[in-house]
Amino acid sequence: MARSTSKDAQDLFRALWSAYSATPTNLKIIDLYVMYAVFTALIQVVYMAMVGSFPFNSFLSGVLSCVGTAVLAVCLRIQVNKENKEFKDLAPERAFADFVLCNLVLHLVIMNFLG
Amino acid sequence: MLLLPRMASNLARSLLLLLFAFSICDAVAIPGPISDRHRSAALELFAPHHGSFASLEETYEALRVFEILAVGDKPDVRTTTCPKVLENLGSPTPLKDLFYALKVNGILKCKVNKDVFKDIASKLKATVKDAKTLVDLYYSIGSLVLIKDQASDVDVLLADANGTFQTIKALSQSDGKWRYTDKPESSTYAAAPYCQVNSVKNDILKLFDSIEKYDDGTFYFDEKLVGGHEHQGSISTTSSVVRGVSAFAAVTSGKINLPGDKILGLAKFFLGIGIPGDAKDFFNQIESLALLESNRISIPLVLSLPATVYSLSNKDQIKVRVNTVLGSAAPPLTVKLVRAFSTGAKDSAIIDNKELKYDQNSGHHVLDVLPNKVDVGTYVFVFEMVLHDSDGEKVYATGGQIHVPVYFTGIVKVSNAEIAVLENDLGSVETQKTLDLAGNDIVSLSANHLQKLRLSFRLTTPLGHAFKPHQAFLKLTHEKKYEHIFVVGNAGKKFEIVLDFLGLVEKFYYLSGRYDIELTVGDAVMENSFLRPLGHVELDLPEAPTSKAPRLPPLAVDPYTRYGPKAEITHLFRAPEKRPPTQLSLIFLGLTLLPLIAFLVGLLRLGVNFRNFPSSAVPATYAILFHLGIAAILVLYVLFWLKLDLFTTLKTAALLGVFLLFVGHRILSHLATTSAKLKSA
Repeated sequence: MARSTSKDAQDLFRALWSAYSATPTNLKIIDLYVMYAVFTALIQVVYMAMVGSFPFNSFLSGVLSCVGTAVLAVCLRIQVNKENKEFKDLAPERAFADFVLCNLVLHLVIMNFLG
Repeated sequence: MLLLPRMASNLARSLLLLLFAFSICDAVAIPGPISDRHRSAALELFAPHHGSFASLEETYEALRVFEILAVGDKPDVRTTTCPKVLENLGSPTPLKDLFYALKVNGILKCKVNKDVFKDIASKLKATVKDAKTLVDLYYSIGSLVLIKDQASDVDVLLADANGTFQTIKALSQSDGKWRYTDKPESSTYAAAPYCQVNSVKNDILKLFDSIEKYDDGTFYFDEKLVGGHEHQGSISTTSSVVRGVSAFAAVTSGKINLPGDKILGLAKFFLGIGIPGDAKDFFNQIESLALLESNRISIPLVLSLPATVYSLSNKDQIKVRVNTVLGSAAPPLTVKLVRAFSTGAKDSAIIDNKELKYDQNSGHHVLDVLPNKVDVGTYVFVFEMVLHDSDGEKVYATGGQIHVPVYFTGIVKVSNAEIAVLENDLGSVETQKTLDLAGNDIVSLSANHLQKLRLSFRLTTPLGHAFKPHQAFLKLTHEKKYEHIFVVGNAGKKFEIVLDFLGLVEKFYYLSGRYDIELTVGDAVMENSFLRPLGHVELDLPEAPTSKAPRLPPLAVDPYTRYGPKAEITHLFRAPEKRPPTQLSLIFLGLTLLPLIAFLVGLLRLGVNFRNFPSSAVPATYAILFHLGIAAILVLYVLFWLKLDLFTTLKTAALLGVFLLFVGHRILSHLATTSAKLKSA
């Protein structure tokens, strides 16, 4: 029973992976970027849990920088994805310009808050 | 001198000191003539910077002061000043500078060409003719007189002397500035009608009506009476009057009818200033005194005493000095002591009509023998100067009778001192001890609140009279530093104080214990003033009733601590937050880099490439600029974090943003069109 469960799980992951492999490369890059941002945020949270949140604004700006950019990247991914019919008329270049602008504004605020 | 040896820091002692200082200050009321102190002060005040003075006016003042005081080692300014004088004489300069250049030249005697004088003289004459203000006239006529003195063959006579005089008169009335006393030094005055000179003379007398007077016969002029527009002190006002009057007296033939005591009063005023700290005042003082010394009206003679405090125990002789104001010797004269009396008894004179002996060696008039009637205390001596030469009365101003306060100090005999503890109700003596107040006797007593403490002693002057000192205090000091001061009263020669402890219990705050006793007897004329501990008394006082237990007052603060350092203020700071160890922080810094590395590795695994990067030149430039623009903004953010403020950052960000918008639009639209083309193809 146990074996079959693990095998099922393996099958499931393999199916997911092969389905994911069909994703276009540019979307994969965005995914990778999102993962990078999320892991960086996680490391900071762990650090905060270990030593305390003393310069709290610094911690917040660090984490929010990561989370914010991850969210923006997700938005970019939604807009760039060709399967989303909703954004069919939107050029990916335009979406990227939005992404860059939002990031710059976000980080201006982050830098101001960093202290 | 009297009390100093045992002076210490507490209040009573400093009071003594103050009182003593005052009484001594009071003693030197008569200003002496100019002395060596003035000479050294002159050298300090008129010290040239780098071999020369700031202006010709200052140079003149310095040189004149050195000349009058006959200062020996005066600074040599000739080499630096003469070129300045020549420059001022040779080129057109303001009248004032010309005037002072000529004055300096009069002292230094620089080599000046005759033609230069001629030139200036003709120019000055033109100035005199159409002068508009009194000051211009003053400087130009003054300069002409100086030229006449320095180069006698240059023609300085004014063509229209009478007209000039009328101008001066008119201007002096309209100007409102009574500088007219300066004017008569012009040589043109000789030409003026005699009756007008007479009117000026009357004016001078009128001017002297406005003189102000101090109580001791000192005269001075104040600005408001002489009347000027700019504010000047009474020193400069008085000195300009003196200058004018003496100049006027020098050129007129008639005698000016000024009372000698006014001249003497002016001299007293200038001497009373002491040594002024200001160079200008110093110059005014010295020059006026020099003019007073050589004036033709009457020369003031100053009587001064080298000391006004005399010790009876040392058998000091009273010495009197008579000088002119600048300290040179007076004509032969006799100083008479008209009378001398104690300030306490004005009617009974101790000395009447005595001539002082003149000591040729020291130049002092000496009163060799003091009458036996002189006791310690304050006296007033009245002196009078009698000139041997009877004509001298016209030339010298002696000032009539001169009152001088003189102090005689001596040793006051302290005797019959005893201290006793008495029973209250009977008045019988419990313990009694005799004291030698001149020695170092120390007593130790004990008493309770039902007893009394009695201290008595006698004070007699050298002549056996009663003596009442300025201060006779008894001080009790508790162990805890609470002090109680009592005045010791006297009846004739006997001084006695009785402390009834029953009445003093409350005043003593019910504090039992050891009280130190200290006695102070002091006076300015008492040479053996003392302040000495007498020992101590052990007091046994009752407990304070609980209902009205007196609160102990705060101890008197030493007044000198007010000027000492204040107590240090300790500031409270927030304790710093606990920070993690540095290594841990560094490790986590490395850890945050790990996802980045993973991201880059992931990108490689995905086979990312730059094939889509535009290949033609223009779009490629835009692409590079686009990336550079983003990098620039990020760098700006880092700078904002590190040092810039928000305003600078926003301004720069706006500029970079416009640039980024432009290039970004270019490159992205280019990419969009190419991809659209690709799709359609």
